[in-house]
Amino acid sequence: MINALPERELFAPGHTACAGCAAPMVARTILKVGGPDTIVCNATGCMEVFTTPYPRTSWEVPWIHSAFENAAAVASGVDRALKKLGTRDNTNLVVLGGDGGTFDIGFGALSGALERGHKFTYVCYDNEAYMNTGIQRSGATPKYANTTTTPAGKKIHGKSEFTKQLPFIVAAHGAYVATANIAFLQDFANKLKKSFAFNGPSYIQVFAPCPTGWYHPTDQTVEIAKLAFKTNVFPLYEIENGVLTLNRKPPQQVPVEDYLLKQGRFKHLTKEEIAEIQQHVNSDWERLVKLEESKLKIF
Amino acid sequence: METHIPERISDFVNNGELDCEMIYVESEHSALSAALGSSAAGVRSYTATSSQGLALMFEILHIVSGMRLPVVMSVANRALSAPINIWNDHQDSMSCRDAGWIQLYVESAQEAVDTTIMSFKIAEDHSVMLPVMVCLDGFTLSHVFEPVDIPDQSVVDKFLPKFVPVFRLDTKNPKTFGPIGYPDVFMDFKKQQQDAFAVSAGVIKKVASDFNKSFGRSYGDGIVEAYELDDAKYVFVGLGTICGTARVVIDKLRKEGKKVGMMKLKCFRPFPDKAIVDALKKADAVAVFDRAVSFGQKGPVFSEIESAFCDESKKPVIHSFIAGLGGRDVKLDHIELAFNRIIKEKSSITEWLL
Repeated sequence: MINALPERELFAPGHTACAGCAAPMVARTILKVGGPDTIVCNATGCMEVFTTPYPRTSWEVPWIHSAFENAAAVASGVDRALKKLGTRDNTNLVVLGGDGGTFDIGFGALSGALERGHKFTYVCYDNEAYMNTGIQRSGATPKYANTTTTPAGKKIHGKSEFTKQLPFIVAAHGAYVATANIAFLQDFANKLKKSFAFNGPSYIQVFAPCPTGWYHPTDQTVEIAKLAFKTNVFPLYEIENGVLTLNRKPPQQVPVEDYLLKQGRFKHLTKEEIAEIQQHVNSDWERLVKLEESKLKIF
Repeated sequence: METHIPERISDFVNNGELDCEMIYVESEHSALSAALGSSAAGVRSYTATSSQGLALMFEILHIVSGMRLPVVMSVANRALSAPINIWNDHQDSMSCRDAGWIQLYVESAQEAVDTTIMSFKIAEDHSVMLPVMVCLDGFTLSHVFEPVDIPDQSVVDKFLPKFVPVFRLDTKNPKTFGPIGYPDVFMDFKKQQQDAFAVSAGVIKKVASDFNKSFGRSYGDGIVEAYELDDAKYVFVGLGTICGTARVVIDKLRKEGKKVGMMKLKCFRPFPDKAIVDALKKADAVAVFDRAVSFGQKGPVFSEIESAFCDESKKPVIHSFIAGLGGRDVKLDHIELAFNRIIKEKSSITEWLL
């Protein structure tokens, strides 16, 4: 299936990502689909650090980074500048940020840019915490996960809250929204293609495990990403013109325990906590199935 | 952006009088970020702000200058909270004096228009490539009306040709903008910025002189402006609209036979220490009016003028006056009182004109 992607590599090797990091797969796929007529606006984060240690760079397309919370605003400026220069139609404009830069600190700038309707593809590579600064909790961190700011202590057992439902918040702005997973790159590529053709803002949230922050073996990144799909922890769906479609359903749902216990960040979980997570995953999944069946225009 | 500036620009754009893209951002942080993006993409970029908005931009100020993007920004100088206050002082831009932006202060609405045109030419000069803040007194210049001559587009186009970026986000010639600089390279980038400031002073003067030739208007040499300074023994130093008030006081005191004059500091960054020493070295005493305070220190302009004289064997007595914070009126009487104080005092005083 992956053979269907262009052979040309525009994301150069030699970067300094951790072994087993999913983020380079995200960048590589974006550039394979986007091709040389792509401009990338990157938020501060692992991706920016490991790809651009001056004077080296992994980016064979124009790439700009300035701050943590402003990537969508920078892209707004690039979008309108290209329009002014008369080159807007030919260029795929990609905004790239981690979940911290997207869910939390960059949320205002993202919302503003979505509301203004800039044509760009915002890709959030979601590794469920602020990994670059040392595994601090973000709005995307799942409940009970052990992070450096939500340690699994004797009194408080990891993070106390469930994840912010950002794809739905983005969809409420009228954007094309999709979730993707590094274990299913063709699906991600299809969604990127769709977003580049969409005449408005798009948002793709890609599930991207982080061995360093999730405490799993570096050769298990794709396996864990697959399990996130099989357990319905991270479902694959699109919200297009306000209507939700589940792109792919696991033939048989695997218990969340199989996913959780492969990761050190969940090793402290009690049976009750695992049961609570299972219940939450089930109820989210049922909601998605119902929404799809209803064909309701949610937004 | 909450001044008349974006409102009038919106009128220009929506009436088809100005060929530009306007981005209506959700915050000042995003305003400067969008200008950063559009400048990097290769188009002339401008924004305007004030007070808390400038404070919100603080992070991006350093990035724009560090990336050597020639953005021009009007700052309608107003007080910083708390207590919250919407009136004029210079605390906002003075708090950003180390952010790597050229800072030009103006006395009138006409000077604001003219300095804005000059600023693009200064910023975009390939030997400079630094962003410029045009600092105009909030309320006094931003919300009070006075007639201005807006030059014809054709004359401006001749003076200020199309922006030619050094680099831009170009898919035909891909470059990486804003990479991470490790300790082995970071400091070299900072030195280049400092070197560009040294070059910029000459460019500012050249642009001011060219502007005078094209438009017939000048504001000193673009760096400092003298008023009744040649034989003055007692000199007022200030920035912005307060200088207009000082001119009236100087005229009055001159009639009384007092040798008073003014040095208006138009350019605060780069700090023109040599020009200041040259302008003030013949004086007996100087009254520096700061509309800002460096808490735990003195007025920022005062401190820097003091240090400009540190290697001089002969120097005037330099006095510090903190005045007009949060829109408190600086009246003719205040400046006259300051002159009378510095004529009398033998050693440096610091006075808050409460």
